This record gives sequence, structure tokens and C-alpha cells, in this order.
Amino acid sequence: MTITEIKELLKENKTTCCELVESYLPKIKAGEKYNCFITVFEEKARKKAEEIDKKIKDGHAGELAGVIIGIKDVICIKGERTTCGSRMLENYYPPFNATAVEKLEKEDVIIIGKTNMDEFAMGSTTESSYLGPTLNPNDITRIPGGSSGGSAAAVAADLVPVSLGSDTGGSIRQPASLCGVVGLKPTYGRVSRFGLVAYASSLDQIGPITNNVKDTAILIKIIAGKDLKDSTSVNVDVPDYPNSLNKDISGLKVGIPKEYCEEGLDPEIKERLEILASHLKEHGITVEDVSLPHSKYSIATYYIIATAEASSNLSKYDGVKYGFREENIRDLNELFTKSRTKGFGAEVKRRIMLGTYVLSAGYYDAYYNKARKFRRLIKEDFDRAFEKFDCLITPVSPTTAYKLGEKIDDPLQMYLSDIYTISINLAGIPGLAIPFGKSSEGLPIGFQILGKHFSEDTILRLGHFIEKLDM
Amino acid sequence: MGVSIKEVKKIAKLAKLEFKDEELEKFTLQMNEILDYMEQLSEINTDNVEPLYHVIEPGNVLRNDEVKPSYSREEILKNAPVKSDEFILVPRVIE
Repeated sequence: MTITEIKELLKENKTTCCELVESYLPKIKAGEKYNCFITVFEEKARKKAEEIDKKIKDGHAGELAGVIIGIKDVICIKGERTTCGSRMLENYYPPFNATAVEKLEKEDVIIIGKTNMDEFAMGSTTESSYLGPTLNPNDITRIPGGSSGGSAAAVAADLVPVSLGSDTGGSIRQPASLCGVVGLKPTYGRVSRFGLVAYASSLDQIGPITNNVKDTAILIKIIAGKDLKDSTSVNVDVPDYPNSLNKDISGLKVGIPKEYCEEGLDPEIKERLEILASHLKEHGITVEDVSLPHSKYSIATYYIIATAEASSNLSKYDGVKYGFREENIRDLNELFTKSRTKGFGAEVKRRIMLGTYVLSAGYYDAYYNKARKFRRLIKEDFDRAFEKFDCLITPVSPTTAYKLGEKIDDPLQMYLSDIYTISINLAGIPGLAIPFGKSSEGLPIGFQILGKHFSEDTILRLGHFIEKLDM
Repeated sequence: MGVSIKEVKKIAKLAKLEFKDEELEKFTLQMNEILDYMEQLSEINTDNVEPLYHVIEPGNVLRNDEVKPSYSREEILKNAPVKSDEFILVPRVIE
């Protein structure tokens, strides 16, 4: 179901919020095999539905009344367990709401559960979750992508109409693409990060995962905006995204970065991109090749900056104030070391180690500072491209969803699969992933539309147009 | 550049993590593979490139220094793994 359908059904008295909850709970139950959820709020959702039904009756319900939503388990909900897919936070109950959650609740959404993810959002497969992997609803032998794998798979399997994820290097767009749904990584600073458990603070953003572009537009309009609790959130007007979706798109200029179509890209995905480009041209859109010459350095740059920030952000998990604490400890140092060693999984430890290394004395200039220089070069590639083009279109992932276990023991191979998504976080620009057909094996293929800072309205508009082509 | 097992042990100590010997070998191997890959950042000269700190320059964000209610002690203590009535407990710090 889409948000628009839910709103219409409620408006015409054809259903109630209680009925909606009762229709989704059995779906979630039947979908347990995919392991999309870490926590399901059965009773709380029922109670909330009753409250909102009453509000609707009284005529003062919010804009998203009755919209059932899943929230990635890295986003805090007051008093509800927020695990981040980690043993470290297995029993953590935040005393506050994330600002994005607060804004959604103000509009009367019904949060039905917390979704599965790679531990601390570090991964591209959702296999590193302490609560077990999520499976791709299109083929349960395959990964759903990650780190927001639970949020994407839940929408793809129709266990929820919409969800929220977070994206540090592709964690919304890649799983959305591998599951065949829509996902938006907003401009850095567009959505408050308050209450989003930090992985790499200069890259993290919260964004929606939905079945169509309009639902993404509706959700981003609600959660965007300046927040005093996040000093990096930006005070830029929030346009009426849903109502500008149908504006004319002819005359738009679209660039296709040639570095994103070179070796390593699945030929079937490349072929779909060519089909997409020719459709766009038929509709009066200019499509031309463009070069982003520093693209090949994005993975090295990203994995230095992200791990450096992660090693700093995750140093707070010491087993003292909250989180996992090892028992039978003699001294403080042992308490820190043993709690962290047992509380974190392998991928998180690997990133903390890498980050600690690149920040350590003697290596700071060789790695961290160097990476920040490359970050500028990568961002300037995009700046130059957007002088000429309104949007860029690229593949999201070099392949369709791969098999579970395929890359879990080869971290570098997994990192390399992030090649098309991570530059977007380094440059801070928005990226919208949309499905565009399937492979010969029946697996979803997705593309991302990129725009300059705060051009969400333009990329959503183009996404909305492409989505209609696909049907 | 490359890291040795000895160096990895030192980094682990800095990061307050521990690895078993067999883990250490695998980890060192994987770290070297990743660091080798990162060597490509030496391919071009970046002496004259300014490091990028903020993709969107927020400027200084200030607020008034006002006293506001904070979380209650009970609320915060709920998450503490080991506590007494009013305190979070840790092992003895001074011998």
C-alpha cells in the first residue's frame, strides 16, 4: 500500500488505523523468515492505532495519520530497545527520541517495529547483525544489501508500506536497489542526525525507503529541516516535494558519469542504463556522458575517513554507563577492553582498528589528511559536473544481489562493491535510488539520480518520471 | 607501507580491543590488503589541495547558555549495567 492509498481509504471511511495494523501484523508474522525486524511493537501499535482513529474522528489527526512505518534499529525511539544490530547495545533503551522520529510521530504515523541492519551500520549485506542476517525477499539465498537491509526488505516484502534507513556510504540506496524499492539519501544536513547512533558523523544521513517516489517525497518533507539539536543540520527552506513531482521535466540535462560504466559493471545493468538513457532522450531530456575523474579514489578515501570517524565515535562504548559489560573484571582497563572485545563483532572491530591506525601518530598525514584532500577533489568533480548538468544518473551497485556468505570473509571485496554509492556521501549531495527493471535471473536492478546540494526536488521529479516509464 | 602483527597488537591496545593469536594473523592479513589498496592515494600529487573538513559549511553554531532541565538520574541509570541506588559502579580504581 502507498501513503496516498492509506490516506484515501481512511478519508473515505473504508478502513481504520486499527484495521490497518491488524492487516500488517500478520504479514510481519508471515515474513519472519526474512528476519527484517529486530523488535515488533504489536501492542503499542494497536494502542496507537486506537488513539489515531479517535483523532481522525475528532478531525485533528496529523498529515501521516495511520501510515505504518518501520524504523532502522540505529534510530532512537524513547524507551524502546535500540540495538544497532550489536551485542554492545542489546539492552540499550534510549531516554530520548530521534528528531526524525519525533517529527513523524507528530504527524501520527504508527511505528510498528525496529528493522535489522549491519552492526552499527557497518556493512553492505546485513549479514553482520548480531541478530542474524536479513534475507532478500526476491530470492532468500541472497543478501538484501545493507546496512539498512531490514528496512529495504520489509518494504519489498510488503511487511510495511514505508520505512526509515540511514546512509553513510550507500546504506539506504544499495539495499533499496538490491530489493527493488525506492530509497533517498538526502543532502548532508537536510535531516537532523539527532538520535541517529553515529557511525561516521560527516557522512551519516537518515532517509526514507518506500515503494514509490511520491511516498519518499512525502516522508522527506516531514523529516527535513534545521534542528537545534544537530548543529550540522542546515537552515534551508523545505520545498513542498510531493506537490512538485509533476512539474515538467523536458529540458533537464542529465549526465552519465563514464567512470561508473567501466569494467566491473554487470553488462545487464549497463544495458538497462542505456535503455533508460534512450527513453529519457525521447522525452526531451538531454543525456550526455560526463567525467568524474577522481571516482577511482573514492573507496580508499571513504574507508579512511569513515573508519577514522568510527573509531572516535565508538570509543564511547566502554561498558560503564550503558551497553554490554563483561563480568568478573579486576580493573578499569580490563573492563573497557573485555567489554569492547565481547560487545563488538568482527567488522566493527576491523573498522575501529583501521580508523585507529590511520589516526595514529606518524600516519595521520599519510592517510587521514590525504583522504580529506581527496575528498575535496571528489567533491569538486561533482561541482564541475553540476555546472553543466541538473542531474547525474549512475548504477547503484555493480552487480545485482549476491549470495549470502559470498563476501563475508573478504572485507576488501565487500568494500569494493560500494564503488558507486560512497562518493555521494563524501560530496554530501543527495541521491535517489529507484528500481528500473530486473535481470535475466529476476533480480531487481536500480539506478541512482544525483543532484547538487539541496536539489532533492529535482531528483525526486526525475525519479517520479522514470518510475512511470518502468510501468 | 604494511603493518606487522606487532603493530596490530599495539593498535588493538590503543583501541582497547583484544585478539586471539589466530584472529590476529587473519586480521593483520586483511588490514594489509586494505592498506595496500589505499596506497593508490599516493598516485597523484595533492600538495596544493586543501583538505575538506565540511561539505556544507555551517559556520559557528551558537546557542544561549541557559540552564535547562536534563534527564533524571533514574532514567539514565536504567541503562547502566552495574549500579547502586544513585551511582554507576566500576571496579576499584585506586589500589
